[in-house]
Order: sequence, then structure tokens, then C-alpha cells
Amino acid sequence: MRARLRLADGTGPVLVVLLILLVALAFAGPAYAEPAGYLALLKRAAPLVVLAVGQYFVIVSGGFDLSVGSLVTAEVVVAARLVDGDDANTGWVIALLLGCGVLVGLVNGLITTKLLVPSFIVTLGMLLVLDGAVFLWSGGAPRGALSPSFRVLGRGSADLPVLGQVPWSVIVLLVVVVAAVWFMRSGTGRLLLAVGDNENVVRLAGGRVDRLRLLAFVLSALLASVAAILLAGFAGVSAQVGEGLEFRAITAVVLGGALLGGGRGSVVAAAAGALSLEALFSLLNLLGVSGALESAVQGVIIIAAVAYAAHGAGLRQMLRRPVPDTA
Amino acid sequence: MSAVREQIRRRSEAPPRTRTFVITPVLVVYLALAVLLVVGSVLVGVHGGVLLDHGGILNILTRGTVLGLVAIGQTLVIVTGSLDLSVAYLIGLCSLVAAETMAGSTAMIVPGVLAALVVAAVVGLVNGLVITVLKANAFIATLGVALVLRGYLEHNYTGPAGSVPRAFQHIGYDRIGPVPVAALLMLLLAAAAWWYLRRTRTGYHMYAVGGDVDVARLSGVRTGRTIVTAHVLCAVMAGLAGVFLAGRLGSGAPYVGTDAGYDLESIAAVVLGGTALAGGRGGVAGTIGGVLILSTLDTIFDDLGLDSFFKDVVRGVVLIVAVALYARRRTAGRSA
Repeated sequence: MRARLRLADGTGPVLVVLLILLVALAFAGPAYAEPAGYLALLKRAAPLVVLAVGQYFVIVSGGFDLSVGSLVTAEVVVAARLVDGDDANTGWVIALLLGCGVLVGLVNGLITTKLLVPSFIVTLGMLLVLDGAVFLWSGGAPRGALSPSFRVLGRGSADLPVLGQVPWSVIVLLVVVVAAVWFMRSGTGRLLLAVGDNENVVRLAGGRVDRLRLLAFVLSALLASVAAILLAGFAGVSAQVGEGLEFRAITAVVLGGALLGGGRGSVVAAAAGALSLEALFSLLNLLGVSGALESAVQGVIIIAAVAYAAHGAGLRQMLRRPVPDTA
Repeated sequence: MSAVREQIRRRSEAPPRTRTFVITPVLVVYLALAVLLVVGSVLVGVHGGVLLDHGGILNILTRGTVLGLVAIGQTLVIVTGSLDLSVAYLIGLCSLVAAETMAGSTAMIVPGVLAALVVAAVVGLVNGLVITVLKANAFIATLGVALVLRGYLEHNYTGPAGSVPRAFQHIGYDRIGPVPVAALLMLLLAAAAWWYLRRTRTGYHMYAVGGDVDVARLSGVRTGRTIVTAHVLCAVMAGLAGVFLAGRLGSGAPYVGTDAGYDLESIAAVVLGGTALAGGRGGVAGTIGGVLILSTLDTIFDDLGLDSFFKDVVRGVVLIVAVALYARRRTAGRSA
């Protein structure tokens, strides 16, 4: 922990918020008196955290990915139909889903970088295409079923020697976060951040801007596929499974202090933002706030978080050119 | 200031000197619309129907009315370099406010409409102030407001509420020949918005702020005030759409705006009409073309009896292709 004392901008506040929420949870519900409660929270939050990490790559490089929610829905529906309850199909379907994710990311990225269409529009178009295509294919209602082995990742647990029962999704979450942190500390990760800050400088310095942005979209779609596999296991098959997830993921990243338009933000903070959001929903649930007001609270919180970020770094903000891709 | 204005004028009005015949994005949109109408007519004709008969025109214009109202407002906001994701929930809210205030009595029509528009203006004001005073990114600010509205609607309503007097329902159904009165009103408002953007000081300021907010501020434009104005106008247009929908449905419905996805759809129509998403370029004329293209596509699909999900696929592809073409043209023009 000491090595990471040098936290990126905006990581501090979100960690404080997360801590407060976790403590509040302990007081609000008896389930959170012991580690098992928090482990369950982590398990619930895993898909959103994974999505947020993917969204982080795109946002920090100066774009948006609105297609992740419909990608999750599409993959869950496709998986149910292809697996069709047969364990023998699990392996190749998972591989196919990840492959489809990469493909969608490639299309998003190539249209954004080669055809110069703003990423907001590209991924909005992709959202419409995916939504329409999957329902066209499935005839409006998802069919088929997932096999038990497919659902293990989302709801099963691994027996670890020291820790005992740890949900697979928590392990996946940790692997994704650690890999993302490692990636952002590598040269490529730093360049990605630089692309979001000032594309032209990176280009003049010899960086391959297009390739980096393409990479961000591919990573986002790939992680969305991972989230789809986790969600399918955890929540089962439905045609609404991915609804609104794109905005939730963007909220999480922004909650983590990332600047829309790119160039600032840390991946740990984005993951913490997603976890905070999920902890907040659990807390509201425990306090008996109706599910309907959940979205209102979410709305107030993201405005507050962004306003705080804007004013906390007031001077920096004034010197900085306002977000170019206001989109 | 004059430099900015000069630049704006050059971008939006003056033709490039070398060519006598100018292909503006607006022209491209209407050409695309004409091509779509011809191709659609042929396809529908082969299928054994007529696209542009009485019912077809009525269908296209009725579909276009609500989307048109929302998209006109969205154009103002996008030109200013912002965007509004809260319109869909606002439409539902305003339809409820109008219908509940009217409560079936003819005497309450005017108060009902006014109440809905005031609510809309307040929401727009909140959007604008969150963006300018709290300095939140427009995407997040309006998404946040949208979520708050959604929470309010989900908490208080489960289904349609209020009722609209029969006299007011005329606004939804009356027509002159095949042309609905409401569509004419929408076009009138579009003309007004065009005039506002191209002929008034605030309209010019919107282009200036959208083009480069720092340059605009340094040139003496009150950028905050301009952004707030754009958001209030956008919200009022969404409010009008809500009132019109209440008139058509006979009551207010909380999800009438979100079911049709008017938030993203209106942005799509604006962008399809050649307005740059980053702001500073485009206009209402193109937007109306974009709206008509989308509603014509819908009508053609209905006439052909195609799956409604297929519509989404085509809509997505059309959107991406159109914007790619604009981007290509712009870079070609710049390098030439």
C-alpha cells in the first residue's frame, strides 16, 4: 500500500466515499457484520466493476462507449440460445462471446478512427444495431438456457487453500483490476492517457494515436463480454439484463474522478467508483428506500461528484481547455 | 467578436469561392430524403402498396411531429456545444403535468399547457445552471437530471394519469387535407428556431460558444447565459412535445418519451441533419430533414411489414454512414 501512496487525481475522494459507504453498510445491516456480507457485495458488483474498467479505457482516451449495455444483453441472449443447457457447449460459446466482443470493439474503434465519426455516434449506432439484431434473431424473447458449467463463473465459488470459499466472479474482478493497473502503468497505458489529454502532441511525438484508441475500444468491448458472462451466470437470462449498464458504467468512471473528454483519471478510482455505486444501492435497499428513488439518488450523486471534481481542481480546470468532445 | 462572427458566417453561409453550385450538408440531407422517398415508393409499390398516399403522408408527418419538436430544441443545445439527455423523461413529466392540470375540463386547457411549459423551463434552467455554475460536463449533468426525473416518475406514477378534454385532443388529430395541424405548428416553430439561430444576437452567440467557448468568452460573449438559454429553450420544446402527446393520448403517460427513446433519437436526428456533435456548426433546416428521413424510414418499414427490430439495425447503420460521410466531406474540404 505504501508504494501506491502517490494516488492519481481524484482517487482520494472516491476511496473516502467508498469507505464511508462500507462502514454505513455495517451499521445498516447485520449481514455486513462479517466478511461474508462484503464478499457478497463484491460478487454483486463484479460485472459493473469490470464494465467500468473497460469504459475507463475509452473515456480516458477521449471517447465514449455507449454500446456496452446492449452488447451485454446481446451476448447473454446469444449464449443462452447457443449453449441450450448443454455443458458440452460451454467452452466454445465462451470463446465465441469473447471473440464477438473483440469484433464489436474493432468495428467501434475502426469507424471512430478511420471514418472520423465521433465515438458517441458510432457506439450509439452500434447500440441500435446490436439491440435490433439480437431481437431480430431471437424473435423478441430469449430462448434456450445456460448450462450449469457456464453459470459457475457468475455464481459459483472456488475453494482456495487459505481463504476458503471465494466466488469466481471476485477472482475475475481482481484479475481484471490488477491487469488494468499494470497496463495503465506500462508505456502503452501512459500513452493512452496522453491521447485523451492531447491527441496532437502524441501524434507529433510519434505515438500511433489511431491504434491506441482502437485498443481502448477493443478492451472495452472485451471486458463487456466478460461482464456479460458474469451477469449471465449471476442473474440468468433476460432481455433486460444490460439495460442502462452503459450509463451506470460511465457514472462509475466519472464518480472515480475521471474527466469526460479524456486525459485524467485512474483505473483504481474507476473500479472504486463502480463499487461505491453498488454499495450505495445496497445501502439504499437496506434503508428501505424504494427502488424507484434509486435512480434519483444516482442522478444527484453523479452531478455532485462531477461538480466536486470541477471545483476541487478549480484552478486546473480554468487553465484547461474545456472538454473538446463535449458530446 | 467580429472575427468569430466572420468565421461563423463563412462556415455556415458563404459558398466556397471556387464552386458556383454549393453542396451544403442541408442539401445533402434533403437529397437523401428525396432518394429515400423514391426508393421507398418503388419498394412499397413492388410490395403492392402506395407509400405517398393520403395515409402515408399523414403517417410520416405525425411521426415527425414529436421527434421534430424535440430535435429542434436539441439542435439549439448541440449547436451551443452541449447536449440534453433528459428530454425523454421530461416529455413524460410534461404530458402528466398538462393532463393532470387539465383534468378533463376545457377551462383548464391554457393553465395546463402553461404549467407543463413552466415545469419544462425550470428543468431546462436546472440543466443549464448545473452545466454553467457547477461546471459539470453536459453529458453527466443532463444524465443526472434525467435520472432524478426518472426516479420521480417511477416513485409517483405507475401508469397513465390525468385526462385531457376533448377540445384539446383536436390538436392531436385535426388536419388540413393530409397534413396534420400539429405538423404545421412544428414546422412553424422550426422556422422560428431557424430565424432565432441565424438572425438574432443570441443565436449567433450559440454558434460562437459551440465553436470555441474560450474564444467566445474572450470576445465578450456571456457564455454561461447563452448555454442556459439554449437549455431552457430545448426543455420547453420537449415540454411542447409532451403536451402534444398528452393531447394525442387523451392522458399523461410517464414513459411516453422513454419508450420511443426520444433522447438518443433526437440527437440522432440532429446529427443526421448535418449538425456537428461538437457544436458550432449546423442548423434547424438540416435537423428537420433528418427527422423526416427517420420518420419516412419508419413508415416504409411499416408498409413493407418488416420486423420492428430490423428498423433499429437500419437506423443504426444509417446514422453511422451519414456521419461518416459528413466527416469525410469536411476533411476533404479542409485539405483541398
